[in-house]
Amino acid sequence: MDFAAEMGQIMLLFLSAAYWLLRPPYRWRLFLRQMEFIGFHSIFVVSLTGLFTGMVLALQTYYAFSMFSAETLVGATVALSMTRELGPVITALMVTGRAGSSIAAELGTMRVTEQVDALTVMAISPVQYLVVPRILAAIVVLPLLTAISDFIGVVGGYVVGVKLLGINSAMFMNKIYEFLEVEDILNGLTKAAVFGLLLALIGCYKGFYTSGGAEGVGRATTQAVVLASVLILMSDYVMTAIMF
Amino acid sequence: MAGIEDKAAIELKNVYKAFGTQEVLKGVDLVLPPDQVNVIIGRSGGGKSVLLKHIIGLLKPDAGQVLVQGKDIVSLGERDLAGVRRGFGMLFQEAALFDSLSVFENVAFPLVEHRSMDKKEIAEVVEAKLASVGLKGMGYKMPAELSGGMRKRVGLARALALDPKIVLFDEPTSGLDPVMSAAINDLILRTKEEFRATCVVISHDIQATMKTADNIFMLYEGRIIAEGDPQTISEWEDPVVRQFIHGQAEGPIKVN
Repeated sequence: MDFAAEMGQIMLLFLSAAYWLLRPPYRWRLFLRQMEFIGFHSIFVVSLTGLFTGMVLALQTYYAFSMFSAETLVGATVALSMTRELGPVITALMVTGRAGSSIAAELGTMRVTEQVDALTVMAISPVQYLVVPRILAAIVVLPLLTAISDFIGVVGGYVVGVKLLGINSAMFMNKIYEFLEVEDILNGLTKAAVFGLLLALIGCYKGFYTSGGAEGVGRATTQAVVLASVLILMSDYVMTAIMF
Repeated sequence: MAGIEDKAAIELKNVYKAFGTQEVLKGVDLVLPPDQVNVIIGRSGGGKSVLLKHIIGLLKPDAGQVLVQGKDIVSLGERDLAGVRRGFGMLFQEAALFDSLSVFENVAFPLVEHRSMDKKEIAEVVEAKLASVGLKGMGYKMPAELSGGMRKRVGLARALALDPKIVLFDEPTSGLDPVMSAAINDLILRTKEEFRATCVVISHDIQATMKTADNIFMLYEGRIIAEGDPQTISEWEDPVVRQFIHGQAEGPIKVN
């Protein structure tokens, strides 16, 4: 299916999900279960990647800034980079790999074993039952995960910059307060919500329209991760251009 | 009185369906009487499942009408179609159980969704349904822990949970041993008699079909080429039908 047609179908699924979101019955339990799966179970992975991202950022910027005797700016740089870009994007990519693929695999398996048809036959909308809880949960949970990643990233940057590389602690923190604005954090969290929407929507789409047995499920899973990742990076550019 | 009871439960009128260039249904005319076991037989890959899916609205025909209790379901919107579907129960070929839910939760699913019953009432109904398929006390098991035959029986219990008036069976005995097949066929008969339901069965099992069916319909090359009670079908003169009924490799039907 060509790219434009596929984007169109994804859009239709999104509109369908928006429609079913507003119609009762509201599936709170399913929503909470997805929050736990997509969010809670990703905390460790997201913390780890946030930590090392912050640490390596501090390391790299230190060597560049020390050429201009501007090491004290490392803290602010890490904080701004994490909250504006790396926190949202890297968190989203990690969660895509973990939860996005899992969503595609689970829905794909349900599709090829006729469980999706079974829902339809029992007069239950598969979009309302399967897709809506996942998309909603991802939109709510990605900003929360990103916030954790941002925070731990800055902590990691502090540990490397102050403890390992000897930057003055007070100066490190002062520069953060000077340059970091609430706007930076909020824009980053908004991006995260959009990324959450994308990864869940595409995971659900690829799973929902799987065909071809086990091989089809495998293919759907891979395609979901790749497509979601690419769209996350593309939308990141667009949003950054608008926001900053 | 006579008018309501004679009304066909399900009717297909001149239904055409193609997938891409492959024509599957080429003008199917089918009248399924209510409260009887109606069996559709035909070649593997011949379109029987496609036909069944039209009856429940999972597929829409390219042309023709699908009437359920007199109402054309092709033109219905999702909400009205959902209403029609609540009167159906369907057993899928591989049972299509929700694998993240236990046996109990699977059978309880339609009850939870469509009836406002309290937990105790639901448990009573679920236990009764499980007992009727010979799986008493197995509610706690997960589908992955069950054999194919057991999964089918759970699927049947779930299909019957709301005591539907029309029950569809997609190859209910395929892959089952003779004893289990006989048990499932008994269940189909009991469904018709005890629950007064219209049964639509897709089957390859000619012997069982002859024993349980009230009406048999043969689908061949996209059309119904034979219909009648088991006696009529067994005496049908068309060589295609004869070859199929008697399970012969040689004849007008080619194995390519």
